[in-house]
Amino acid sequence: MTDWPILSTVTFLPLVGALLILFIKDDNELARRNVRNVALLTTVFTFIVSLWIWIDFDPSNPGFQMVEKVRWLGDDGITYHMGVDGISMLFVILTTFLMPICILASFESVKTRVKDYMIAFLVLETLVIGVFCSLDLVLFYIFFEGGLIPMFLIIGVWGGKRRIYASYKFFLYTFLGSVLMLIAMMAMYWNAGTTSIPELLQHPFPAEMQTWLWLAFFASFAVKMPMWPVHTWLPDAHVEAPTAGSVILAGILLKLGGYGFLRFSLPMFPIASADFAPFVFTLSVVAIIYTSLVALMQEDIKKLIAYSSVAHMGFVTMGIFAANQQGVEGAIFQMLSHGLVSGALFLCVGVVYDRMHTREIAAYGGLVNRMPHYAVVMLIFTMANVGLPGTSGFVGEFLTMLAVYKVNTWVAIFAATGVILSAAYALWLYRRVIFGALEKESLRSILDLSGREKLLLYPLVVLVIFFGVYPMPVFHVTAASVEHLVTSYTAALEANGAHTVAAALAQ
Amino acid sequence: MYTIIVLLPLAGFLIAGLFGKQLGAKACEYTLCSFMVVAAVLSWIAFISFGFGEGETLRVPLLQWIQSGGLDVSWSLRIDRLTLVMLVVVNTVSTLVHIYSIGYMHHDPHRPRFFAYLSLFTFAMLMLVTSNNLVQMFFGWEGVGLASYLLIGFWYQKPSANAAAMKAFIVNRVGDFGFALGIFGIFVLFGSVNFDTIFAGAADVAATLGGGAAHSAAEAGAQAAHGAGDIVMTFAGYALTMGGAVTVVCLLLFMGAMGKSAQLGLHTWLPDAMEGPTPVSALIHAATMVTAGVFMLARMSPVFELSSTALTFVTFIGATTAFFAATVGLVQNDIKRVIAYSTCSQLGYMFTALGVGAYGPAIFHLFTHAFFKALLFLGAGSVIHAVSDEQDMRRMGGLRKHIPITYWMMVIGSLALTGFPFTAGYYSKDAIIEAAYAGHNSFALYGWGMTVIAAALTSFYSWRLLFMTFHGKPRAAADVMHHVHESPAVMLVPLFVLAAGALFAGIVFEHAFIGEGYEHFWHAALYTGTNNHVLHDMHAIPFLVSFLPTLMMVGGFLVAYVMYISRPSLPKDLATRNRGLYLFLLNKWYFDELYDFLFVQPAKRIGRTLWKTGDGKIIDGLGPDGVSARVLDVTGRVVRLQSGYLYHYAFAMLIGVAALVTWGMLGGAN
Repeated sequence: MTDWPILSTVTFLPLVGALLILFIKDDNELARRNVRNVALLTTVFTFIVSLWIWIDFDPSNPGFQMVEKVRWLGDDGITYHMGVDGISMLFVILTTFLMPICILASFESVKTRVKDYMIAFLVLETLVIGVFCSLDLVLFYIFFEGGLIPMFLIIGVWGGKRRIYASYKFFLYTFLGSVLMLIAMMAMYWNAGTTSIPELLQHPFPAEMQTWLWLAFFASFAVKMPMWPVHTWLPDAHVEAPTAGSVILAGILLKLGGYGFLRFSLPMFPIASADFAPFVFTLSVVAIIYTSLVALMQEDIKKLIAYSSVAHMGFVTMGIFAANQQGVEGAIFQMLSHGLVSGALFLCVGVVYDRMHTREIAAYGGLVNRMPHYAVVMLIFTMANVGLPGTSGFVGEFLTMLAVYKVNTWVAIFAATGVILSAAYALWLYRRVIFGALEKESLRSILDLSGREKLLLYPLVVLVIFFGVYPMPVFHVTAASVEHLVTSYTAALEANGAHTVAAALAQ
Repeated sequence: MYTIIVLLPLAGFLIAGLFGKQLGAKACEYTLCSFMVVAAVLSWIAFISFGFGEGETLRVPLLQWIQSGGLDVSWSLRIDRLTLVMLVVVNTVSTLVHIYSIGYMHHDPHRPRFFAYLSLFTFAMLMLVTSNNLVQMFFGWEGVGLASYLLIGFWYQKPSANAAAMKAFIVNRVGDFGFALGIFGIFVLFGSVNFDTIFAGAADVAATLGGGAAHSAAEAGAQAAHGAGDIVMTFAGYALTMGGAVTVVCLLLFMGAMGKSAQLGLHTWLPDAMEGPTPVSALIHAATMVTAGVFMLARMSPVFELSSTALTFVTFIGATTAFFAATVGLVQNDIKRVIAYSTCSQLGYMFTALGVGAYGPAIFHLFTHAFFKALLFLGAGSVIHAVSDEQDMRRMGGLRKHIPITYWMMVIGSLALTGFPFTAGYYSKDAIIEAAYAGHNSFALYGWGMTVIAAALTSFYSWRLLFMTFHGKPRAAADVMHHVHESPAVMLVPLFVLAAGALFAGIVFEHAFIGEGYEHFWHAALYTGTNNHVLHDMHAIPFLVSFLPTLMMVGGFLVAYVMYISRPSLPKDLATRNRGLYLFLLNKWYFDELYDFLFVQPAKRIGRTLWKTGDGKIIDGLGPDGVSARVLDVTGRVVRLQSGYLYHYAFAMLIGVAALVTWGMLGGAN
């Protein structure tokens, strides 16, 4: 470990790129190309730098690493405090990895206001990385809420026909939750006297206060996740967002909720978490079954994938609140894997959308005849989406179900029906879009993947299969931190006298 | 060596899959076939040297897979006698099918893709049979499902093929739902998904449970100490002791087996799967994949032996399937569907045997069945090839003279299937029927009755198939008959090899698989409980009982002969006279219609309702849309207040001042 503030570097590098772009005039094709290239180079460079975090990371240390702490506001209050542990580190890498893909995916599809678009993405990257790195409540809140603004703009400015409706819906939902979270954060400060997350993690909040704090945080995270029944903003946002916006939304922004549960709800309010676990389980299985059935009937490809995201996030919440090693690790893995798979699926939709300018399932059919490469790539991601063993989608689903089985078999039984339903909607989609004879006149001259699209999708194919066959690199990173989390969670419950619950969760 | 056997098909898949276009179809075919030949030869060497030597169970670790808390899963190979038998079956049939496909798929433009899928399937199947833990088995399990999906839908321009592929995958997923829950249950009970730990744990449980059953009163105290009486698992609201928990877990695992092996209830995908190319039907839907369920139960025999309830249920389902599928097979007109239902029925036989604890006969039948059923399918493929892709037997007939070699091969396959004395089926199938007679569980006798009746039905539909296809007058169009030709050597040689297997596999291996060599050959790869004496008892049954299946076979043959050779008008008369029964059988007991009504349509309806009403009206209506509508309502009213007239504002102000003054005077300000 060096003294170089690596986390701040990674966090703010995209902002530097955004500044550079600010100085480029966006009035001719050449300048626009420059804008694109600067954005791409910035994100690629950020990704490469961020790999040092992984290399430097000490997996045996369950605590926070690469910590930076500077006084910021007030004498002894709010600090600029950064650091990562096994739970947050890989999300940083996921973000920096997906960003260049998003930028590259927008090279041809975004033609208007390219400069603003790239700046919005770079700012978004900074803010999202900031969320995963910040170790101070106020800092966390600023990054967390700040991320809303660029996303709101991306949907609202570069979106489809109903973009204004979608972006307002997105804003309304997420903002409502955040307000409650802000109040809860204030309450936490008055109770604990600090805004430092590592100190708050040690602070035992009174049991009855935990309930209220938990609910306030839940309001925010459940919307972000999104959990049923506050999920309806997601399909609309996805449908209207540009391809890269969907990738970021599904790949990274949805993970903020799950990360929040792991960082705040579970370790800081363990008693409330245990009390509310059945409630979360219920919402999770409802989400899995309900949204899978809804996905089955969708007529819009993007909406279908959006609904399937909600179902997959149901596995994540279920795993987190199973609160044992497999559950939490499975949830983290599921989030990472979903980041790759759903991102890739949205890219796949973008590929055909760029060609045909429609997302209607009925407008397609028989693509395999003209687009064999596309068909193979799509098949692999479809299979990863239904959790076929050997792809990364399986590991997370399997672990979370295994974990929740130990806690409550009913939940596992209902969740496992999602396995059947996901196969139904995913394969039906694949059949209607890819298979069959090529009969539609408009599709006769459709082209297979271009070089740029291959560059986007092939690395994702490799990673999805690699992590399906050998997911250990992820578990090496997460194991120690998760173990620490689960042990202290169990200990807190035991200290509270909730012996019965703890015994069930101890394994 | 075992690593090579397993990984060669994977290498073949990657070569054909990634570089198929560049290499060209011919190069792909020869590379993949030679890979498979090597794998098959190696597995035979292993089978003979290891299987008949003294080798102990081998474990070959490959790579760590998932490690989380107490869960520790690696990619590894487990080589014991059961694995070896499966290796031989899978690789032999797969090799022959690879070679046969060179001829059969000769005209297809997508041959590299076809061969890639075949090798992918073989790889997944090998991973399944060599796995050393349940999760890797699940990988192979779903992997063969994927390959099956791809191969059924190989001709992706045919809507029926796509529908069948999807159906196969989804119905299998229903089984996998149970399998996955079974794995979780095993993990909770035994703390591991690795076979060694599970079997050790099962042995402990057997000791406590068995002890409890033998001297219930005396051992009650000791039992409690061992935890046999404790609640070990709560499943779906029921608190279960060890015995109950094992039963639940076994039933869940069996649900997975039912899906993969097309047992009653989850069988509907198998007949539809015949949409795939015929070599695929031979490899996947007859010889290998569909037997995965049988293999799984045999592999988990130490656990299944703990639960007689679960085993009774297995017998019941197996016997019912054997009977049900045979009845449907009687009236089908598609040559491949007849054989598909026959497969379904034969798998029922294997489960009947598993259910009465006769694991050896079940695996023996799996082994012989692979040969004669693959032979029948490839023979049928040869027929279809000859009559220009016609599959309806009503438009065949009289082909015996034109394609004599195929005819004789089909006869050999049918003889073996019906259990003609000294062919392979005679040994394995009769062993199952005898075991069912000797079995002790409450459905054993039912199993015996069903399998005996099914034996007659089997003989009938097999001969019906032969008579309709090869005998009588040609019913095909003249130009089709003109083109009828015997298949090329590349398709016939695999048939010869399989025919040799169908004739001699029984007589050669009977001793080792189910005879006196049983203990020595299986080497505890198949576990039988201390109270399980089926294998011993089945040799001591009355002569008439052991002779009955042969009698049934002759009966079936005679009826078929009368109906299709001497009095060909009889079937039609029977069908019109018993119209209800005929339609019931022809429509496969209306399972597809029932499922469509019970599951498919409701799922669609519910999905639509949840979407339009649930999300649209209720959540959005009360949530964001409702909020924004209310905000508009309120602001609309507020806007009306702002009339713009000065006197309105002055009046409002006056009222306000008056109210304030009143409040102050009445003491509110104190």
